[in-house]
Amino acid sequence: MSMPFYVPPEQFMKDRADYARKGIARGRAIVALQFDGGIAMISENPSTTLHKISEIYDRIAFAGVGKYNEFDQLRVAGVRAADLKGYQFSRHDVDARSLTNQYAQILSQMFSEGPKPMEVELLIAEIGQDPSTDRMFHVLYDGTVLDEHDFAILGGDSEAVSTRLKTDFKPKSPLKDAVKIAVKALSGPERKLSNTELEIALLERNGKRRCFRRVEDDEIQKLLK
Amino acid sequence: MFSAGSDPGANFGELLKRVGLSPFSAQADEADLTIPHATTCVAMRCAGGVVMAGDRRATSGNLISHRSMEKVVQADELSGVAIAGAAGPAMEMIKLFQLQLEHYEKVEGHTLSLEGKANQLSMFVRSNLPAAMQGMVVVPIFAGYDPAQKGGRLWDYDVTGGRYEEKDFVATGTGMLHAGTVMRVAWRRDLSVGEAIKICAKALWEASDADSATGGPDVLRGIYPVVASITKDGWVSVSDSELATIYTEIGKEVGSR
Repeated sequence: MSMPFYVPPEQFMKDRADYARKGIARGRAIVALQFDGGIAMISENPSTTLHKISEIYDRIAFAGVGKYNEFDQLRVAGVRAADLKGYQFSRHDVDARSLTNQYAQILSQMFSEGPKPMEVELLIAEIGQDPSTDRMFHVLYDGTVLDEHDFAILGGDSEAVSTRLKTDFKPKSPLKDAVKIAVKALSGPERKLSNTELEIALLERNGKRRCFRRVEDDEIQKLLK
Repeated sequence: MFSAGSDPGANFGELLKRVGLSPFSAQADEADLTIPHATTCVAMRCAGGVVMAGDRRATSGNLISHRSMEKVVQADELSGVAIAGAAGPAMEMIKLFQLQLEHYEKVEGHTLSLEGKANQLSMFVRSNLPAAMQGMVVVPIFAGYDPAQKGGRLWDYDVTGGRYEEKDFVATGTGMLHAGTVMRVAWRRDLSVGEAIKICAKALWEASDADSATGGPDVLRGIYPVVASITKDGWVSVSDSELATIYTEIGKEVGSR
């Protein structure tokens, strides 16, 4: 009988992490940032039907980068968890923190016990009654949770995007400025992104129950002018 | 996450069954319960949409158990639902229906068609049939603006989940005969939204005048029926002050008979 090769745990983890990171780095980045009316999420996405950003609940949005089918599965799981909790208890009991923990649990389990780690990075954003209670949770492929402030960058060449965004970011800027800064950070100095290549969605403090809104193509065009 | 074979998709009702939370599996063990009942609701087609209305009274036998119940509610952006029957299961059904529409929209990324929504509600009514046999009957009206047909559409249901699309107007609940007659006499093809609102308000008043289970406008407490219009711009509730004016007019007309 042959013995299986011994793989040290450090090597095992590193291999899996490298695999996941490679998958995620292939995709384009998403930027989420606070503006004066809520949280804006901006991504490079030529498809108008396969969304990277979507609504989870009244005040909670979801953004995912990496493998589409994997983060879409996680998105649906999130909608289900949120709707079930709201149905069973109250709509006020649904919050981003507990949802984030559930995601972290799924991802860490898949990372260490699953057949392969999930090649995704997620953002769970929630707007509160005022900017100080806004939340942006960034969940990595291995279940690591980061509590982000001001802005968050997922996937792609996130370090370069982050450096560009850091220099331009101003808190409480109007939507138009926030979108311009984000698009500039995403595109870099050499490229120019047009409205059809962008997917933008907002969580707005609009006084309504559902705060999520997609920004359509023609409105993006106006914002970029 | 669910396996491919047992995935409930965008169906929230099925999801509840999978996790053991479905409200419809519960059955009443006593046939003769005096549970609160909600009564008359109406809906009417008009130019560019529909108008829905419902009184505010809930009764347990001869007792008035609630004076300010809202039986006509917004289902989503472009549709509304009105319910008559046992108040408990009725309110639960409305809540579940609203959730189903929102759940579908979020999971699928777009809304159901108006016909799809009507069909969904019919399945809810049908799954309530065992409870209905025990006396907990729930009979809804569904109405909304159909962007595909560019106009209002309305449906009524029977206890078994039978779904019937009506062309002009529909009434449900104990006062349906009286309310229905008022609408039948006043209905015209080219009614404006404002005219339809007045007719619906009048229909409910006539029902409340002849049927003890239907509540009329409660001027002392400032409680008026729920009246709302649904057009391409969405759901608009008629304010209490507007209703007060309409009912003052109706009062004058009745006084001069």
